[in-house]
Amino acid sequence: MKIISNIGKYFMMLWIVFSKPEKLSVFLKRTIDEIQMIGINSLPIVALMSTFMGAVISLQTASNMDSPWLPEYTIGYITRSSTILEFSPTIISLILAGKVGSNVSSEIGMMRVTEQIDALEIMGINSLTHLVLPKIVAAITFFPVLVIFSMILSLMGGWLVLVLTELSSTDTYIFGLRSFFKVSDITYALSKTVVFGFLIVSISSFYGYYTKGGALDVGRSSTQSVVMSSIAILIANLVMTQMILMK
Amino acid sequence: MIEVNNVNKYFGSHHVLQDVKATFYKGKVNLIIGASGSGKSVLAKSIVGLHEADTGEIFYDGRDFTKLNPYQRRDIRKEIGMLFQGSALFDSMTVEENVMFPLVMFSKKTKKEMQERVDFCLDRVNLPGKNKLYPAECSGGMQKRIGIARAISMNPKYLFCDEPNSGLDPQTSIIIDNLIREITYEFNTTTIVITHDMNSVIEVGDTINFIYKGKNWWQGDSKTILKTDNKEVIDFVFASEFMKEIKDKLKR
Repeated sequence: MKIISNIGKYFMMLWIVFSKPEKLSVFLKRTIDEIQMIGINSLPIVALMSTFMGAVISLQTASNMDSPWLPEYTIGYITRSSTILEFSPTIISLILAGKVGSNVSSEIGMMRVTEQIDALEIMGINSLTHLVLPKIVAAITFFPVLVIFSMILSLMGGWLVLVLTELSSTDTYIFGLRSFFKVSDITYALSKTVVFGFLIVSISSFYGYYTKGGALDVGRSSTQSVVMSSIAILIANLVMTQMILMK
Repeated sequence: MIEVNNVNKYFGSHHVLQDVKATFYKGKVNLIIGASGSGKSVLAKSIVGLHEADTGEIFYDGRDFTKLNPYQRRDIRKEIGMLFQGSALFDSMTVEENVMFPLVMFSKKTKKEMQERVDFCLDRVNLPGKNKLYPAECSGGMQKRIGIARAISMNPKYLFCDEPNSGLDPQTSIIIDNLIREITYEFNTTTIVITHDMNSVIEVGDTINFIYKGKNWWQGDSKTILKTDNKEVIDFVFASEFMKEIKDKLKR
């Protein structure tokens, strides 16, 4: 029953979030700040994860290629497919749900318990639009950039490990990367990322904004926001895969 | 002037505010006092709309706040300055940015004019030159004064102070009380102060509303409160040994 009530409350929150900002210049400045906080600050973890995961995908594929009927370029092909279709958009989003989600939820939750949100409301500011909208705009514009960055580094990680271990040559790997390539795969991945970015930030903001109590409750909201946004990502991933790839 | 008529507020089955009637006058420091849990903070939050009153009317110079839509309410809120119990300063902003924030959001002043206004407000609360500090670098008393500077930056018609002395030493409390009184008289604001600090009650209470069990139990001022024969008020005011001594001296 509480879940249904929370879903209703979440959509009512979104209705208020998408109001006209009080002052456009302030909104733009806040959006740029959020791109820094949510996006640019996430680059190191995305780079680290992507490079190593790309390398592992390549190694696992190469080590499982026992059949002589499978051409060697399959390594590049499978690494590319795994990275573009699933690893970069979904796994990176799940990691960002942990990093960005907990950050957003605890920031807004702390503002709630220290009455900073009340202070905004008393000034006549729509606190939801002021606090949440720039975060959502930052996430849906910069998460795709992060995912493209992740795709590039993941494929490079795969290439690097294959060359260093001499399991495949550069030419064969690149041939594999280019084989059966469809631009629609990139569109699919980036569409998913936009939706995941929206879900992570809006769900985390929801849990932060409606925090009640003190520091302990801020921590609890933060945990809930990570769990719920991860679940939402997995469900959205399933639905979008069905809708886009199976049509 | 703010008038509250028959305001009721429930939290579940708990009747927190019961037919509260009160008038808060312009150019005066109007106190809401009462024991913890009596409903005084709920009353103040209902007046500013942070809690929704279940029934009753709240008039801001004749404008019924309870009947306004969110946009109209925001217009009234732009006329309100509020000092929160924990100051509620934006911790990611410097002192200057905190005080300038309402001006940036709502005024059409130039950057230079805003800077002058910020400097004036910080001067007014005796914090000149503290512009570049962050709230975390300021003491509790300084944070309260920054909160007052932010509250007055837009020249508010109505000033709310939620327990302005909580967590402060007696000397700093007196400074904050005097500041609130001076600002009220200087800018002719309708000031509402929620407190249970007896020094504030005696020093700055132009009007006093004593809230008891969710009701506006007693109304008066700083002079009449010491002479009242209302039992609940006497129990509250003369609870400490120090105040009991004062009571004895008054009797003599």
